[in-house]
Amino acid sequence: MTTVAAVDSVNTVLEQIEIDALLEAVFRHYGLDFRSYARASLTRRVRKFVDEEGVRTVSGVQDRVLHEEAAMQRLLSTLTVNVTSMFRDPGFYRSFRTHVAPLLRTYPYVRIWHAGCSTGEEVYSMAILLHEEGLLARTRIYATDIDEDALALAREGIYPLHKMKDYSRGYLAAGGNGSLSDYYTAAYESARLRGFLGERALFTRHNLAMDGAFAEFTAIVCRNVMIYFDRSLQDRVHKLFDESLVRLGVLALGTRESLRTHRSEPRYESLDAEQRIYRKVVA
Amino acid sequence: MRAPHPAPHLVVVGASTGGLKAVRKILGPGDAEWPFAMIIALHRSDDSHGLAAALGGGVRDVDDKDALLAGRVYLAPAGYHLLVDGPVVSLSVDDPVRFSRPSIDVLFETAADAYGARTTGIILTGGNRDGSRGLARVAAEGGTALIQDPTTAESRVMPEAALDAVPNAQVLSLAEIGQVLRAFAPSEEFAHGY
Repeated sequence: MTTVAAVDSVNTVLEQIEIDALLEAVFRHYGLDFRSYARASLTRRVRKFVDEEGVRTVSGVQDRVLHEEAAMQRLLSTLTVNVTSMFRDPGFYRSFRTHVAPLLRTYPYVRIWHAGCSTGEEVYSMAILLHEEGLLARTRIYATDIDEDALALAREGIYPLHKMKDYSRGYLAAGGNGSLSDYYTAAYESARLRGFLGERALFTRHNLAMDGAFAEFTAIVCRNVMIYFDRSLQDRVHKLFDESLVRLGVLALGTRESLRTHRSEPRYESLDAEQRIYRKVVA
Repeated sequence: MRAPHPAPHLVVVGASTGGLKAVRKILGPGDAEWPFAMIIALHRSDDSHGLAAALGGGVRDVDDKDALLAGRVYLAPAGYHLLVDGPVVSLSVDDPVRFSRPSIDVLFETAADAYGARTTGIILTGGNRDGSRGLARVAAEGGTALIQDPTTAESRVMPEAALDAVPNAQVLSLAEIGQVLRAFAPSEEFAHGY
């Protein structure tokens, strides 16, 4: 007799075989590589996609995605869109003002790479901070993401009005000098961020799992993006960032991400250990 | 004491209202050399700090991709989901599940995926129903399900929901749960875990 538990375990193993096959097929057909994404999160997202698509199995997803490009775009969005908000972790922005803004002021021209910008909320948060620190006019923010749909929303800079109350609290906790409402106009149910905030940002597609370095940066912000990658892909991205940072350039990670145990760790020092803001100390 | 080694067995603990006191009680003074890794998910506001220290018992804050080592007690950070990802933990900032982040369901379900029958799930006091689905997954994979006796819980909603989902779970007082953990003998049969 087979117990319920045994059947469940077999299903878990079979599901992983199907996910392996799906990722391999997507890579070979579309050139998109999700094979080194953190498996536990990816599994949950694939399960969600199975439900949303109304198919029975992960193999059913594979059939649809390989034969319908629109389904591939939906899968891409499900696997990659990261939840984000303006001034998430206000302590990070406060620390950026205190520790990083003075460094940036020593450069005549500042280039920031915001890697994995999703729908752009954190890019505009940074633009507001830089504006208040008198740095925005000399800064160019390269905001990249793998998902074109997310980038299209990011370029618009229009967010649900009802979220602004929460964002205002974040803005003030982040050390904002004025009022968040100075930076958007409300129309119907939407808040449109003022044009000058987006003017210094370039939203463009870049795949951290596959693409290379494309410029040299004064600072790189990549928060809560690599938590969705496995260790091997994290190592790849850290190498990419190391190649892309100027000496004394700044690397900002999420508050529960660490350079510790990564190969590039000896090349950095902490600017704020708690907020995981680092500075590259070798050329 | 042995060198840090991958945990052969995983204990996952979920609680909300009244959870701080309850978790401290089952952990004891922190001198135990657990033969397993333990992960605690405790509901709280996103900007709360210092909980690991308040829990005592050698509880540490988790960073993404920390290895699960025997003898260690890990706390899911505020504002993140914690997922068991093979021999390490992965964090996620996906939307709250059933209004909770960290979600006890997400922790328990991924623990069951990764550790199967080598998982022990413990649901303590709490004011919502998070954790019941996760505990059911742990039980379905052949793991052990323990629930704080609802009559002894500061808030009985969470343990009662867990009991509805897993009627065969062992219902114990906090002292008894502590005893179960302390009686957990290191065993050679677990030596081939992650």
